[in-house]
Amino acid sequence: METKSKDLWVFLETNEDGTAQNIGIELLNPGRRLADKQGGKLVSVVVGFHTDASVKEASAHGADRVIVVDGAEFQRYTTDAYVTALAHLIEKYGPTSMLIGATPNGRDLGPRLSSRLGTGLTADCTALDIDDETGNIVWTRPAFGGNLMAVIMCPDHRPQLGTVRPGVFKKPEPGEAKAEVVKEDFHVPADQIRTKVLKTIREAAGELVDLEGADIIVSGGRGVGGPDGFKVVQDLADALGGTVGASRAAVDEGWISHSHQVGQTGKTVAPKLYIACGISGAIQHLAGMSSSDVIVAINKDFDAPIFGVADYGFVGNLFELVPALTAEIKKAKG
Amino acid sequence: MNILVCVKQVPDTNEIKIDPVTNTLVREGVPSIVNPFDGYALEAAARIKDKDPDTRIVVLSMGPKQAEAALRECLAIAADKAYLATDRAFGGSDTLATSYILSRAIKKVEELEGAKFDAIFCGKQAIDGDTAQVGPELAEHLNYPQVTYGLEAAVASDGLHVLREAEDGNEVIGVQFPCVVTFTKPSFDPRFPTIKRKMAARKAQITALTAADLTGIDLTRAGLKGSPTKVKRTFVPPRKQAGVVVKEETVEASAHRLFELLSKAHVI
Repeated sequence: METKSKDLWVFLETNEDGTAQNIGIELLNPGRRLADKQGGKLVSVVVGFHTDASVKEASAHGADRVIVVDGAEFQRYTTDAYVTALAHLIEKYGPTSMLIGATPNGRDLGPRLSSRLGTGLTADCTALDIDDETGNIVWTRPAFGGNLMAVIMCPDHRPQLGTVRPGVFKKPEPGEAKAEVVKEDFHVPADQIRTKVLKTIREAAGELVDLEGADIIVSGGRGVGGPDGFKVVQDLADALGGTVGASRAAVDEGWISHSHQVGQTGKTVAPKLYIACGISGAIQHLAGMSSSDVIVAINKDFDAPIFGVADYGFVGNLFELVPALTAEIKKAKG
Repeated sequence: MNILVCVKQVPDTNEIKIDPVTNTLVREGVPSIVNPFDGYALEAAARIKDKDPDTRIVVLSMGPKQAEAALRECLAIAADKAYLATDRAFGGSDTLATSYILSRAIKKVEELEGAKFDAIFCGKQAIDGDTAQVGPELAEHLNYPQVTYGLEAAVASDGLHVLREAEDGNEVIGVQFPCVVTFTKPSFDPRFPTIKRKMAARKAQITALTAADLTGIDLTRAGLKGSPTKVKRTFVPPRKQAGVVVKEETVEASAHRLFELLSKAHVI
């Protein structure tokens, strides 16, 4: 791919109603720093349907330019429509690099795009920088379930592509919206979209589990003892306005659905606060939550590996401590 | 139905240890397993075969000779035939180079099998690299549609109906043949091999495919040199400082102390 500018692109994934997903705004934060170092513009690339709100939000959060592709075929994500649109834009404008959120759709899109463009992609990055000597992006990502970090560069191919984990970077402070908005009239014919959403099975409103977007997660493991044991976990989560998570052990026992699972075969999360109740901390679980800002471990076994990553620990009976903590929080909130 | 399942042999991350002196991963003596997500892909293929016994399941791996062990395990579980793409020229490949080699190997396997594959199943990602890139990159090399994060797949008249894990629940995606589907963890456990199948797998012929066998392969796109991404270095993430253990006279006092600490840390 021929590079035509020093610009850094950030892909902004939209919801079905056209609003922006958080990750596309979060990435404007490291994006600003990288674009300045590269000596190019920070460009937000919005793909969706009825995207005005997303365009405004990207503009208010620091994008120099917003490129928009808006059409009914982009309302719900499909690989073919999105990859075709982004490949077209990249060929037209030739950016040096692009960041994509490592959401399920971002991880579907990124590799397909890199393969189409014949360039390198680094997945699930948790740190980004520019190499002073070469000007290449330095991508840092976990491997082996977080046991090893790899530092990766893509020296000879452009654009440099990477997916970045949600929740690693904070949204930049909003300010005056002054981005130049470029509307691209681009459409993908229906016969080029080879997959079709036949049915959507939404979790019931009360059961929607948004672990990746949660600021606070209270998780239960084998130590909660059964489906009823999750009640104290749920109560604490409710008091904190958090989401209930679970270890694989609890999910495998059938105490709670897989949509709550945190870890290697579940969700990777990085909330501000992660409270692990009765979770021993198998390496696969730690892989999914160890980058949380603050970790609290509540477990009766002091030797449990969860204490190795915890900022605060309590050794004892979770059925005593968790309700007491819930009571403290309720008391403070009045 | 002809289904190809791509599998990778990976170190069992349960057994990964960090050398406390050198602060590096200890890989010696770590047992190798079939990547669990690839096992879910194989199970999805086996479930299609349960319904239609005429289905043929072929497994393909890329790796050194010892990856044969992983292929034998797949044969014992559900596969009918196994191929191993193995050549020094493939070593050091990143995901783009790996998916390119696999796409060439698939063409060769189709030639040897005398039939095209209707569907190519992969695990969502491997538990060593955790990239989730090879499946979609392979789909692009083949110019096939893709569905990722599959939980189950059912054969329909015009292709596959794949139950996919989405961000806000699940969805059923219809995809035309031929296609690539990557699988994540379903709600059921994959089957175990039977003794009889295990015995047969031990003696099965695994066909090796070298670079010379892959007609028309462009080796400048393979191996370390053909990989656009370069690993500059690796390091073991710094360990956290030992945490604060809360231990007051009573549980209530401990809860209160924990509440104070969390308030002070501005997380509640």
